[in-house]
Amino acid sequence: MSIEVFELTKIYGEQKAVDTINFSIKSGEIVGFLGPNGAGKSTTMKMLTCFLQPTSGIAKVCGYDSSIDPMEVKNNIGYLPEHNPLYLDMYVKEYLLFVAGIYGLKTKSSAVADIIGKTGLSPEQNKKIGALSKGYRQRVGLAQAMLHNPKVLILDEPTSGLDPNQINDIRKLITEFGKDRTVMLSTHIMQEVEAMCDRVIIINKGKIVADDATDTLQKRFKSSLILNVEFKNAVNSEDLKTISGVDMVTENGKNRWKLSAAKGTDLRELVFKFAVNSGNVILEQNEEEQRLEEIFQHLTKNG
Amino acid sequence: MIPLFIKEIRSFLSSLIAIIVIVVFLLAIGLFMWIFPDSNTLDYGYSNMDILFNMAPWIFIFLISAITMRSFSEEKRMGTFESLVTKPISDLQIVFAKYLAGLVLVLFSLIPTLIYYYTIYQLGAPKGNIDTGATWGSYIGLLLLGSCYVSIGLFSSSITENQIVAFILSMFLCFFCFSAFEQISKLSIFSPIDYLLEWAGINYHYQSISRGVLDTRDVVYFLSFTTLFLGFTFKMSRKGK
Repeated sequence: MSIEVFELTKIYGEQKAVDTINFSIKSGEIVGFLGPNGAGKSTTMKMLTCFLQPTSGIAKVCGYDSSIDPMEVKNNIGYLPEHNPLYLDMYVKEYLLFVAGIYGLKTKSSAVADIIGKTGLSPEQNKKIGALSKGYRQRVGLAQAMLHNPKVLILDEPTSGLDPNQINDIRKLITEFGKDRTVMLSTHIMQEVEAMCDRVIIINKGKIVADDATDTLQKRFKSSLILNVEFKNAVNSEDLKTISGVDMVTENGKNRWKLSAAKGTDLRELVFKFAVNSGNVILEQNEEEQRLEEIFQHLTKNG
Repeated sequence: MIPLFIKEIRSFLSSLIAIIVIVVFLLAIGLFMWIFPDSNTLDYGYSNMDILFNMAPWIFIFLISAITMRSFSEEKRMGTFESLVTKPISDLQIVFAKYLAGLVLVLFSLIPTLIYYYTIYQLGAPKGNIDTGATWGSYIGLLLLGSCYVSIGLFSSSITENQIVAFILSMFLCFFCFSAFEQISKLSIFSPIDYLLEWAGINYHYQSISRGVLDTRDVVYFLSFTTLFLGFTFKMSRKGK
């Protein structure tokens, strides 16, 4: 187990930021840590990285307890904090050499040259960090987290505030690095989890509300089936309701309809027959998959 | 710890803080010692460096507060403190690295004043007529005093995210510890404990070392003072974690 969390709790005054949560992450997994703002994602990560002391409970990384062996935990973790804090008046290379020094790496300059190559920082390596664009700063943040080849990567909102191209680049980097490492990344962007993570842990108000493989979670919540249909000619909603199995009909644009049915019914054939019988033509028909986004909203709305 | 110490020194140099502090210190001391008619050594006629050693503690109050004000407050405000703490370096090492960097800067601002020592040594009549023991004692005293100021500065910086607040608080604490104890001890209501109060202030021990006698009691005082404030800094830097 790369990460083990047992009854972890953090209390600020009266408020329980993290409330007796349990989970464990096997080595090699890429896990998305999902939750609305203020749900306790960052607090959990800060306890795992030894920045915060848990009020109670145990956080273990690679078998080391964060409150007993913080140095070992820190050596095994690469951490990118939220908002990616960096020394803006340092040069990229200077900063990475400093980090390499703190980790006590023996071959500092080759490790730095290596990570600069991997993160695509070569064209910017002689600039001041303050002069870099946000995307490149994020690369510097990732570079400092991955410099010492940690077994576990903990990334707190690694793509927030980036433009779509930069998000893609950073995701590619993380996936690349995550091949033989454990990665735990927090985000509130659902597509990110769908795109990168094998598993997702959803946390809300300090408690874990879901913890499952990404596709299992999607299946589990697929209680109803939704079909989007576009007809050539106008259709009456009353007529659509006569199709057996259809529970709900909503208009979704000109001659476009959203039909929902209970799980297990195949509406496609019935809708086709309906169109033929009424002398209409189907221009488009597709089944809608319930996305994680909706699952997330469902789980965290008023829990 | 050494990489952090080097990084701190480099950031002093690259932000020009180090240069400005050293230049301003030398300029101010130089003006008092050689130019200003009321205080310059040439008119004064005695071959000693009292002007330097009397002025330096006051100038240091400003300069050391200025160099230490960023140390923790800036890191906390920018969030870099979180990334530093989660690296394999202990909190104690962080405090100590920052302290050493500040102390080295103080040392480097003092080194050029050795030229003044050489000048006065040459100007003395007869040549070399300067109280060498007292001078070296004063240098050591000044360095120990600098060490106290640096620890006060770090402490002030560790309790706030605002540099200006850290700067002003540090100046006040330095001033208070250096001189206020002595002044307060003169109040008649404190007359039963006046000696104790005077003894608690930095100036008492600074003057004592300046005479050229390295009394262990004074050295222990300076070292305990520094340790105490570094301990407070350590506590405050991790408050609420």
